[in-house]
Amino acid sequence: MLAEALILSAILFVIGMLGVLVRRNVIIMFLCIELMLNAVNLSFVALSRFIGIEGQIYVFFVMTVAAAEAAVGLAIIISIFRHYETVDVNNFNLLKW
Amino acid sequence: MISLGFISAGSIQAGGAGGFDPLLPGLILLLPLLGFALNGALALVSGRRSADRVRNSIPEEDHTAGSVPLTHSLPTWIGPGVLLGAFVLTAINFVRLLGVELTEPVIRSYWSWMPTGTLSVDAAIQLDQLSMIMMMVITGVGFLIHVFSVGYMKEDPGYPRYFAYLNLFVFFMLVLVAGANFPVMFVGWEGVGLCSYLLIGFWFQDREKADAGKKAFIVNRVGDFGLLMAMFLLFATFGTLDYGAIFAAAPDTLLYGGGIVTAITLFLLLGAVGKSAQIPLYVWLPDAMAGPTPVSALIHAATMVTAGVYLVARASVLFALAPVSAAAVATIGALTALFAATIALKQYDIKKVLAYSTVSQLGFMFMGVGVGAYAAGVFHLMTHAFFKALLFLGAGAVIHSMHHALHSTHKDWDAQDMRNMGGLRRFMPITWITMWAATLAIAGIWPFAGFFSKDEIIWYVGTAGAFSGLYVVLWGIALAAAVLTAFYMTRMMIMTFHGPNRTGEPESRHLHEAPLNMTIPLGILAVLSVFGGWINVPGSVRESFFGGFGVLPMSDWLDRWLAPVTQSADAVRASQLGAYADVAPVGGGHVVWGAIATVMALVVVIVTARYFLSQPIQPAHEDGEPDRGIGKVLYNKWYVDELYDAIIVRPLIGVSRWCWRVIDRVLIDGTVNAVGSVSKGVGWFGSLFQTGQVNTYAFILALSALAVLGAFIF
Amino acid sequence: MTGLLDAMGYADWILHALIWLPLVGMAVVLLSPEERAKHVAFGWALGLFVLSLGLWWVFDPDGPLFQLTSMTEWIGAWGVTYALGMDGISLFMILLTTFTMPVAILGSFNYIRERQRAFYSLMLLLQVGIVGVFASMDLFLFYVFFELTLVPMYFIVGIWGGERRIYAAVKFFLYTALGSLLMLVGILYLYWQSNLAFGFASFHYFDLLGTPLTLTEQLWLFAAFALAFAIKVPLFPFHTWLPDAHVEAPTPGSVVLAAVLLKLGAYGFLRFVLPFFPEASAHPTVVLVMITLGVIGIIYAAWVAAVQPDAKKLVAYTSVAHMGFVVIGIFALTTNGLQGGLIVMISHGISTGALFLILGMLYERRHTREINDFGGIAKVAPLLATALVITAMASIGVPGTSGFVGEFLALLGTFERYPMLAFLAATGVIFAAYYMLPMVQTILFNPLDREENRTMEDLSGREIAVLSPLVGLMLLIGVLPGPILERMEPGVQAIIEWVDEGASGALLDAARDRGTEPGLGELPVRSELSELGTSALGTSTYDGTRRIHLFFRDEG
Repeated sequence: MLAEALILSAILFVIGMLGVLVRRNVIIMFLCIELMLNAVNLSFVALSRFIGIEGQIYVFFVMTVAAAEAAVGLAIIISIFRHYETVDVNNFNLLKW
Repeated sequence: MISLGFISAGSIQAGGAGGFDPLLPGLILLLPLLGFALNGALALVSGRRSADRVRNSIPEEDHTAGSVPLTHSLPTWIGPGVLLGAFVLTAINFVRLLGVELTEPVIRSYWSWMPTGTLSVDAAIQLDQLSMIMMMVITGVGFLIHVFSVGYMKEDPGYPRYFAYLNLFVFFMLVLVAGANFPVMFVGWEGVGLCSYLLIGFWFQDREKADAGKKAFIVNRVGDFGLLMAMFLLFATFGTLDYGAIFAAAPDTLLYGGGIVTAITLFLLLGAVGKSAQIPLYVWLPDAMAGPTPVSALIHAATMVTAGVYLVARASVLFALAPVSAAAVATIGALTALFAATIALKQYDIKKVLAYSTVSQLGFMFMGVGVGAYAAGVFHLMTHAFFKALLFLGAGAVIHSMHHALHSTHKDWDAQDMRNMGGLRRFMPITWITMWAATLAIAGIWPFAGFFSKDEIIWYVGTAGAFSGLYVVLWGIALAAAVLTAFYMTRMMIMTFHGPNRTGEPESRHLHEAPLNMTIPLGILAVLSVFGGWINVPGSVRESFFGGFGVLPMSDWLDRWLAPVTQSADAVRASQLGAYADVAPVGGGHVVWGAIATVMALVVVIVTARYFLSQPIQPAHEDGEPDRGIGKVLYNKWYVDELYDAIIVRPLIGVSRWCWRVIDRVLIDGTVNAVGSVSKGVGWFGSLFQTGQVNTYAFILALSALAVLGAFIF
Repeated sequence: MTGLLDAMGYADWILHALIWLPLVGMAVVLLSPEERAKHVAFGWALGLFVLSLGLWWVFDPDGPLFQLTSMTEWIGAWGVTYALGMDGISLFMILLTTFTMPVAILGSFNYIRERQRAFYSLMLLLQVGIVGVFASMDLFLFYVFFELTLVPMYFIVGIWGGERRIYAAVKFFLYTALGSLLMLVGILYLYWQSNLAFGFASFHYFDLLGTPLTLTEQLWLFAAFALAFAIKVPLFPFHTWLPDAHVEAPTPGSVVLAAVLLKLGAYGFLRFVLPFFPEASAHPTVVLVMITLGVIGIIYAAWVAAVQPDAKKLVAYTSVAHMGFVVIGIFALTTNGLQGGLIVMISHGISTGALFLILGMLYERRHTREINDFGGIAKVAPLLATALVITAMASIGVPGTSGFVGEFLALLGTFERYPMLAFLAATGVIFAAYYMLPMVQTILFNPLDREENRTMEDLSGREIAVLSPLVGLMLLIGVLPGPILERMEPGVQAIIEWVDEGASGALLDAARDRGTEPGLGELPVRSELSELGTSALGTSTYDGTRRIHLFFRDEG
């Protein structure tokens, strides 16, 4: 049972990661990050059955952080969209220097 | 911690032998310092007032007419007053010392100046025969010159400042001669240099005069460097810098003719050469004539420039232990005496003639102390102080008068150029007669003061021929220099006072004798110039014409007076070198050569006088400069200033510029800035990887994560 | 006086007060109205100076080497303490600092026109750092204060400076920070070695003293420390930040920089480099290099100074020359040399501070620093001229002024061991005249041929108040340096003994005596532990809260 859960988690994580790397739309990338987080959550939950309750606690942490991240991230995206009228990351290079 | 009983108290450390109890010795030094403080305060007040006038374009106050402000009337009394006080105190102590057999100096120590742990230097003064006689000359001649200055400087807006500097100078000069150890002496040594600097550049708004002051200070510093090094060597050798300890230990500690004592004395000599304007550092003294004339009389003739002679006499033991250095002293003295005399032959500025004459006479003193005739050197120092001060003051009176005459018609002639003078004896008889007395004295004509002192030096140089052939040569040089002295001094007197007047008719009506407060000092100095030499008539020849066939009093007095100071040096010389010869190198005794010298001088004076009286002399603007031959070279002072400029001053400035532009800016700052540039370059290269694309970053992040994972697995 | 001070418990709080009260003053200045800031700052600094004067009486020249010591735990886990104390050397450095501050602040009343609150609060912050450096007995604390001085100075130059102020400020900061970072590495290494050898971790001065180091280690550490201090001094060829910083800094900045900041470097050599690395410091090659650099600095800086058209730059270079005398005096390792070097430090602080103040006053009047723009000033400003002449004379070491005492002793001390180098250094007295007199002449003398100069005002009452204490001190120290020399002597002797005899003498006794310091209890002292040798490793059992045991105790 554990193995299946971890494999699913890994598949979800890779899908998420590829999404982040390949897609250009910020919203999609954002969703992919959420996917990765939840993939990790899945492995936490699965492992907590065998190792201990801490894994489930961490899941709560991750969910909280993800929620906060979503709030901040979406706010940034909206303000960027208002400015550039696009959500294509190729147009954003403010991180340079 | 500090003994504040500066004036009366002070602990007696050593001496007191023979019952000499000096009266308030500290006060002798303190009085001029007090004068400086008071005059200095007045000078600042008047300086600020005059500054306000300059700012508001109001002409300077004219103190000749109307009421004189307090700032200009008080210094008249304070300046000479403190000197009179100091002189009286010195004289009292001098008289007290006269009846006492003082073998050890009396030392008064006031406070511990530099107690570092291994070095201990006290602020202490020392009274002995040498310092007392120096103090007598300084305060005595100094007082006369202060009095003269009242008349000479009265109209100058900087009058209080002048007296402040002059008082300060006397203070430092007294410190120089009274200091009981080398560092205290050095305080006076550099202090007089500082005052000299300030007084040469007294009229500082004239660029040339300010330059002259600067030159004097810098050249003197070369000498001071020598003195510093000598002090370091002395400390390294003896572990102390007190005169008493060093001179007492020297004969036993130092090897005769050894390297250390030779080095010490050569460095001392460098100091002496700087201060006493000897070759090669004499160049500042002629320029120093830019100062007011009484300053030239006091500082650049009578007192400060003789400090080198004093130093050699003070450290006589050390010089006696270092025959090479002693010979160097005598040789430098002889060369300077002759060299400066040749330059004096062709100068037209009355003060320049006297300046080179001073350099030359200082050379004589160096010869004296160089051959071990310390008393003779000090003797000439003293008589020279009388007659050279007189000559300078007389020249001052002449310049004063000439200045007024030329000023009356606004003629822009040089008031100091002898070619513009002539026939002044009719207008200034007292100046004329007193200056002739001084001229005969410096020319070395019996029985004037200079004869005795100069003859004694020449005699000792000649008889030192017994030690080395070098002194025979120096003796010849000394005789030649003596002849030249008679020549250029007579030339100066004739050009200034005799022949027709060349000032111009309307101007000559304004030529006048100096006021009483200027002529009285001249008179007193003239008396000293005539009789001053009688204190040291050689005892051995007293019965001849020399001693007026036994009439002149006080034979050998100065020799005996200074004996306690020089005895250890004399002992060293006597044991190492033996006795002086008793005939001159080419035969003939003291009497014979004395007669030859005085006759020779007399002949030169007469011949020169006749020559210049018959020679038509043109005023300066018609005459121009000599343009060829030796005359041109002498007129241009052997081009030494130009030479120094070319080989020292310019290269130094060039090197300095190069250091700044190349080493500092290019090499060091270039390296520093290069380090900065390299850092920037590396940063720029790194920034190339910052594309700003989120995907790139995410991709690199993922790759790196994989790499780390991979590293864990394999 | 002593009785009154005792009654106040003066000795217990004065060092803390001198370090931290400026910080309070900073807050007060920031809260005061803009136009009152300077008065508040001046009053505060003056009060601190008056307060610090008691040190003169409290310090007992015959007492223990280090006095007024105190110690509190700061970062227990690392063995960092807040430890203060002073010997005769620090005493005069602290007094010099507290004296310079009010003078510099009073001298800047007209110069600083903008952001006055910020300026004066930074000046007070600077004082925190400087006094802290001189009073620290803990190397960590020292480092913090040492670096703290950089920050306010950086802003003072960078905000209130001249045209190239940013360049100068950055250069100053980077130059000195580079040096002190290397020193930090050195400090940590030393700390670690002491930790290894004695079995406990401590940054306290006495705990680091005598840390056994091989000669190679000592040389490397010497290099790290010496670089930091040599830059600060500054020693040729690390001096090029100084002229830029001085020229661009506002007058008070220059004054503090010259008067006290440069002294941090020389103080560092004396307090830390020589005692920590005695063998390296006495190593013939090292000494030769240091003294040679000092001598080069003396002569080279004098030459370069002489051809500067900018008066402030000229004076900046003279600082390099003067500090050369300090360095040769220190590394000659003779009593006279060290005493002389210390007097040069004090004298240079006073005379160069005064020179910068006078140049600042001239700048306020004429808005130029070019020497050739002046001429004949003595005619219209006799008081200013008098002050400048006396100051210049003190700067070039004319006897009767403080400069002479210092240079004479430094050269004398150097001569005792290195006659030839002292000979070369002594030529500096000639070159001093060569750079200073032309400047004095061109500014004060010569014809008064410019209209702007003709209408120049003489010193105001405030300016007289600024300069007269400086001029008075130059003359006073020149005539009566004895009381200063006597108070510094024990500290100087202790350093020399320590270096000469290799970790023994008075400094060791001072370290031993620390066992009875208040608040410390009977602690085993480093030196005793060292006698136990390696067996001491890991056996230290005292007061575990204050010091950690060795991390690798078990391995030992």
